[in-house]
Amino acid sequence: MAELNTGGKQQPRVDLTAMVDLAFLLITFFMLTTSLAKPHAMDVAMPDKDKENKDDNLEVADNRSMTVLLGANNKIAYYMGQLENPIDGPTVVDYGKNGIRPVLLEKLKSVQAATGKGLIVIIRPAETSNYRNLVDILDEMKIVNATQYTIGDIGEAEVELLKEQGIN
Amino acid sequence: MPKIKVKRASTTIDMTAMCDVSFLLLTFFILTATARQPEPLPVDTPASTVQIKVPDGNLGTITIGDNGKMFFGVTGPNVRVRMLERMSEKYSIGFSQQEKERFSLMEGFGVPMGNLKQIIAMDNNERGKPGLQPGIPSDSTGNNPSELHEWIIAARYATKEVNNAEMRVAIKGDAKEQYPAIKKAIDILQGQKINKFSLVTNLRTEDYGN
Repeated sequence: MAELNTGGKQQPRVDLTAMVDLAFLLITFFMLTTSLAKPHAMDVAMPDKDKENKDDNLEVADNRSMTVLLGANNKIAYYMGQLENPIDGPTVVDYGKNGIRPVLLEKLKSVQAATGKGLIVIIRPAETSNYRNLVDILDEMKIVNATQYTIGDIGEAEVELLKEQGIN
Repeated sequence: MPKIKVKRASTTIDMTAMCDVSFLLLTFFILTATARQPEPLPVDTPASTVQIKVPDGNLGTITIGDNGKMFFGVTGPNVRVRMLERMSEKYSIGFSQQEKERFSLMEGFGVPMGNLKQIIAMDNNERGKPGLQPGIPSDSTGNNPSELHEWIIAARYATKEVNNAEMRVAIKGDAKEQYPAIKKAIDILQGQKINKFSLVTNLRTEDYGN
């Protein structure tokens, strides 16, 4: 549009810097919140449950199986092989980087070396454990790259074991 | 000697165009962002290092929190209406068209079938009051499966009918929830041969613990 010359007066200019700053700040905020707000999902596959034969437990080789019992107060007890005659353990450990993780990594390696097959982890949460514990141990499986694991029910004898260790 | 005048370039830049562009983008992001619905049962999900996002559609979420209360919700308004229709046939409770419309806007709910009408009649703020909704009954009575079981089946059928897709199930539990409550939900899922489901988590780095 043609402008009228009103005595050579300079057109008033508004400094838009602050406005642009603000606009970009808001853009960044909206961009990040839209994509970050979505929660993450951990996929779990449970073994097929047969209602007819409840006692039909899968037999696994003793020297490959590691049973992880999730107890109270964020503690874990684990043993290798059978409960009556464990090859290793039972030992009480914590969760996380300096707790169960080095144990799992070591077992993965030793079982692979001894049998040529992978380690099988059986996770048995006690009634006193909470949901965070379950997610933590499943996460730990992902971190150490243990591919063979399953979630099972805890037995009477194992509850006794947790009581003996003082974590039930 | 005549002085040579070097004309100084102005340091101010015209920001008008930049301002226009940035506000255009800002408007776009504000409009595309979906407003967060208030959750009927706020839970504090545990953290994990998993990076996979929850899928957008065809998802049924079982929320567990507040000492074993179970809430259920499914994505998509049409699926919700179809789910309600199936449930109203099953339990012989009729719902009017208006009630169905109101129900289709509800993100999740946690009441026994008999109290559903009251909850539908409430407005959003009232519904969100803590302790108001007692959770969907998850115990089977006699030979009848639990209501939660029926809701999940209805949601699965509704998803298949409306979207022609399998419904995925996610469990969104409170981190402090005791394991038996979670087990109950898992058992209900396994009771209908859903062996694969997702656990909803937050994000954290690998170096947690001490």
